[in-house]
Amino acid sequence: MFNRESSLAGALKSSWLLAALLGAAIFPAQAQNASTIKLGIVSFLTGPAAAPFGIPGRNGAEVLIDAMNAGKVPAPFNKIGFGGTTVEAKYIDETGSAANVVTEFRNLVQRDQVEAVVGYISSGNCLAVTPVAEELKAITVFYDCGTPRIFEEKPRAYVFRVSPLSTIDNVGAARYLLAKKPDVTSYSGINQNYAWGQDSWRDFTGAMQVLAPKVTIDKSLFPKLFAGEYGAEISTLLTSSSPVLHTSFYDGDLEAFLYQEQARALDKRMTIIATTGEAAIWRLRDKMPDGTIIGARGPFGPLAPDSEFNRWFQKIYTDRYGTPPTYPAYQMVMSLLGLKLAYEKARKGDTKPTSDEIAASFKGIEFEGPAGVVKLAIGDGHQGIMGTAYGIYRFNKAKNEPEIVDIMRFPAECVNPPAGVTADDWIKDGMKGAKC
Amino acid sequence: MLTAFAILIDGLVYAAYLFIVAVGLTLIFGVMKILNVAHGSFYTFGAYGAATAIGIYFDRGWPDAGGFLLMALLAMALGLVLGLILERSVMRLVYGRDEVVMVLVTYAAFLILEDVVILVWGAQSYPTYQPLLAAGNTAVGALILSNYDLGLIATAALIAVISWWALKFTRYGRLLTAVIFDRETAAAFGINVTAVYTITFVIGAMLGALGGAIMAPKIAVTLGIGVEVIVLAFAVVAIGGMGSIEGALIGALIVGICRAAAVHLVPQVELFVIYGVMALVLMIRPYGLFVRAQPRRI
Repeated sequence: MFNRESSLAGALKSSWLLAALLGAAIFPAQAQNASTIKLGIVSFLTGPAAAPFGIPGRNGAEVLIDAMNAGKVPAPFNKIGFGGTTVEAKYIDETGSAANVVTEFRNLVQRDQVEAVVGYISSGNCLAVTPVAEELKAITVFYDCGTPRIFEEKPRAYVFRVSPLSTIDNVGAARYLLAKKPDVTSYSGINQNYAWGQDSWRDFTGAMQVLAPKVTIDKSLFPKLFAGEYGAEISTLLTSSSPVLHTSFYDGDLEAFLYQEQARALDKRMTIIATTGEAAIWRLRDKMPDGTIIGARGPFGPLAPDSEFNRWFQKIYTDRYGTPPTYPAYQMVMSLLGLKLAYEKARKGDTKPTSDEIAASFKGIEFEGPAGVVKLAIGDGHQGIMGTAYGIYRFNKAKNEPEIVDIMRFPAECVNPPAGVTADDWIKDGMKGAKC
Repeated sequence: MLTAFAILIDGLVYAAYLFIVAVGLTLIFGVMKILNVAHGSFYTFGAYGAATAIGIYFDRGWPDAGGFLLMALLAMALGLVLGLILERSVMRLVYGRDEVVMVLVTYAAFLILEDVVILVWGAQSYPTYQPLLAAGNTAVGALILSNYDLGLIATAALIAVISWWALKFTRYGRLLTAVIFDRETAAAFGINVTAVYTITFVIGAMLGALGGAIMAPKIAVTLGIGVEVIVLAFAVVAIGGMGSIEGALIGALIVGICRAAAVHLVPQVELFVIYGVMALVLMIRPYGLFVRAQPRRI
């Protein structure tokens, strides 16, 4: 039944809702004046990926933002906050379904009115957030997810990724393996049975096929994510004749596999290549087998080039958290520094820049951070390229700490596809144009 | 020959793991008709409790054997306390409600307890490898077997025998069997069903926590470990028949051997095989392998 009062109340509610929706839609792209700059930082704060990735990433953001707000970051990043305005971070847990992650992203942009969102570890979440970020015209910097699909599917206007593609992990691993063990005749692999593990194995086998076509694959195993029990896989590998094992395992899966394989001496028979192993060395310490070939998803952690900036970052992080920064912390810091630089470049006077202005200045940016030089050279200037490095792990008993020795560095142009070529096609076509 | 032997051993190890985590779940369902999602939390608490105990114990360089005992005892004590709190404060309020309501209540408890884990132990992972490595290994041809894994098989066998003996030959086992058959009739004969429920829930919680403690040295004790376990335990219990301990044993053996064979022979189907077996069994016997025909009440 029609009721005047309720229809009036309904109209009022609707108008408020409309105003709120319009405001939310307009604000992200609008120039604003405010005393702080709000950032959304999204990372796994709970769940299995929290300890190895999410928390170090969050810690990296926390320590850097505090240093930025105090104006203590080394030049050229020594302006307070972003261009003289302090930064206020809102930390959000990435755990949950992709739909939930997208809802939280919308909340950050529309309700909390953040200037930019920096975050995301899961490639699935990055893929889910990308179209929404574009729709809302919200500056979004992915910090850890490695899927090349983000910028290969179509050009993006507001989405950026300073951290390198996962392609470099496996191309770098193949190059390192062949440089150190040129007489290898076969290899095996154990990778998680989902996009990350399958893509890693595809890139590694593809690179090996290009670089050493006569080397054969023996066992390729794909246990499910977070399987926990690897007895059958270890038995299979013990009966294999290949001297090398590739794995992109991470977090609890990597640790569980390493404990179980050491109990059965698999690492005495096979050299393990752990493409993400660096994230675990400070926890595993002497339980990471000596001789493991270690990657850090780029030149991060102990694989970062020695520089004053790197030593500064390692010190402030270690002083605060009691453990050295691992690669997710570096990736977060590099992402935030890129955003800071782009923001300051776009800012004119006291007026905050719009999303379009930040995006324009972010595109193709090049800078040097604690992990060395990064250039947003591919993905139409939205995707960073960096060199990578691999080394051999050993636990230094005298110093009672992990170390990576025999480090080899590969320039960015050696392990990344050139602009306009997808990572998969580049590897399949023989990694043409690679400059090593 | 070596591959066949490896499949058998790997299958037994995996079956032992599955049986240890599934036995408490099936016991609670058999008696109380509760599909207890919070069983994953008992496993998690057991694993974290064991990690804490092992960390303290092995840091002091005390004999290895005591460490094994301590982690099991502490985990079971945690299971006892947690089970008692959950049963007395939450479960008793929903007895007799629809089974779906009880699943949702235990799911809510599971989510709350996941946050309790973060409050108590934080978000970092805990290495608990010491007992696994201290146990050493045994070489059989080209295959090197972990003595801890062999101990796992023996522990699962021991739990199966104790469960069978307790159900068949003890007074409490007979009371339990009566309640499993018909709760109302058992109550009419003077059995204190509420006490049986409480004891059963607590024993189930202790078994879940023991499963976590036993597995802790093999895994990284970290957030979310209970989720994976509960899914696998459900699969095993569904194959064997909800509420049947011998069903859980046979279900675990079927899944363990099939999975090991898949990993060795056709690794591409490893992910599919557990649920493929479950689907096949349920197509032939919709209530699982060991569930007796139920009279329909009109």
